[in-house]
Amino acid sequence: MITTDQSVSLDINGISKRFPGGASIVLDNVSLSIAQGEFVCLLGASGCGKTTLLNLIAGLDVPSSGTITSNGRTSLIFQEPALFPWLTAGKNIELALKASGVERSKRKEKAQELLHLVHLDRSYDQRPHELSGGMKQRVAIARALAQESKILLLDEPFAALDAITRDFLHEEISRVWKERGLSIVFVTHNVREAVRLGQRVLLLSSRPGRVIREWNIDLAHPRNIDDPHVAVLASEITAELRQEIRRHAR
Amino acid sequence: MPADFEVQEVDDLATLESGLDALETTGVQEKRFTPKRVALKVAPAIFAIAVVLGIWQLLFALKIKPDYVIPSPQMVWNSFTAQWKLGMVWPAVQNSITRGFIGFALSVAIATPLGILISQVKFARLTLRPVLSGLQQLPSVAWVPAAIIWFGLSPSTIYCVVILGATPSIANGLAAGIDQIPPLYLRAAKVLGISGFSAVRQVVLPAAFPGYLNGLEQGWAFAWRSLMAAELIAVSPELGAGLGQLLEVGRTLGDMSLIVMSIFLILITGICVERLFFAPLRRRVLRARGLLVE
Repeated sequence: MITTDQSVSLDINGISKRFPGGASIVLDNVSLSIAQGEFVCLLGASGCGKTTLLNLIAGLDVPSSGTITSNGRTSLIFQEPALFPWLTAGKNIELALKASGVERSKRKEKAQELLHLVHLDRSYDQRPHELSGGMKQRVAIARALAQESKILLLDEPFAALDAITRDFLHEEISRVWKERGLSIVFVTHNVREAVRLGQRVLLLSSRPGRVIREWNIDLAHPRNIDDPHVAVLASEITAELRQEIRRHAR
Repeated sequence: MPADFEVQEVDDLATLESGLDALETTGVQEKRFTPKRVALKVAPAIFAIAVVLGIWQLLFALKIKPDYVIPSPQMVWNSFTAQWKLGMVWPAVQNSITRGFIGFALSVAIATPLGILISQVKFARLTLRPVLSGLQQLPSVAWVPAAIIWFGLSPSTIYCVVILGATPSIANGLAAGIDQIPPLYLRAAKVLGISGFSAVRQVVLPAAFPGYLNGLEQGWAFAWRSLMAAELIAVSPELGAGLGQLLEVGRTLGDMSLIVMSIFLILITGICVERLFFAPLRRRVLRARGLLVE
């Protein structure tokens, strides 16, 4: 469904999700609204339905109740880069361009532009197995951007990367977000990551998933992972997250 | 924040990333064909052949059996040169390879849609898959008498047997390849908006290609065996010479040297097709995906 309100990018209204056969509710009455160009981080421990929520937004699954309305296309980026190993980095992006209806003659140039955007100008002809984990994830970002989506959904995209690469990719994603004026929903279980990147951080409870608290983070971008403001806020949120996890102890 | 500071920041990240990328990727060194590497690969094969020939010559020299039962390597070689001069060898090899390839190509054309069908349509999977698995177990020589009655001593008989022999392996190989596609690729395709027929063509088939290639290789082996069985039994002037028929000529003449020579020709032809066609293809596909262990 497409909303008419241009300032809202994504409107999630009272979403619940229960899987057939499963007794427990995965998501319980989740509502959130994401403004045009906003960077929102969803934070939560296992079982909070983060991935389910993204799948619902991306249209890979349907909610049991509630509505999702979005202003523009969405692209989903997984924890694994999910590049097709039989295609070069450039051709992976061109496949996405083709699926989005970009004509053949313009694909190569656009793919090179997108690779330039993620600082991989020389990787057009490289195969996924020749790239490092961080490079693959940057190609995956470029491929998602090839869809001309206004809304980028990221499902723990940097969880499998080493600390140095992750630090660079944090800078990368916040730069791409600004340059392209994207709306981003970023799912993570890393509190520091959420605070470093998000303009708003939402904490989800587990089993069932509900939004239990939210923080507005007014620090200017790009932020540093070692910024004391980030650290202070992160420890506050961590305390809250631990409180939520403790609730499940038997 | 002033604009030039922003630019500085971006440039810095580009340099940092470029440095890390260089550290994390090592240039893959293409191995070149040097005389030494070729020799290292060929030498063991030559050694193995020499050992086989040595044992064979020894068995002959011990005279355990008369020479019309166990001929010497020299006698087989003489038989080969004599048959070659008579113009018997090359046409037989040519005929068999041509039939093999035509039969194999027909099998591929039948098996490929069949493989896609049994992997994508549940009803087809439930009904056809057990039939194909059963057929894969059946030695295709069992079809020869039936095929002769259906088609007479014609090329159709031979192609019928080859197709029945090769199709199940190829179809099952493709279906197995499709079943083993990591679900992540299919999710990625869906997220990218690729669905229906274009998903099959652009994602499912390329992703299943290594499994398909296994099926093709096994299918070729079955096609070649089925062809020999058919040629051995279906002998007639209008079918012309093939390697199987050459074998049958040796049997009727009681010419053991000719029989051994024919066996070698069948063996060598099979090895050549594998080495010259399938092995390079498999290496290329696996190397492109970084799956080749060297």
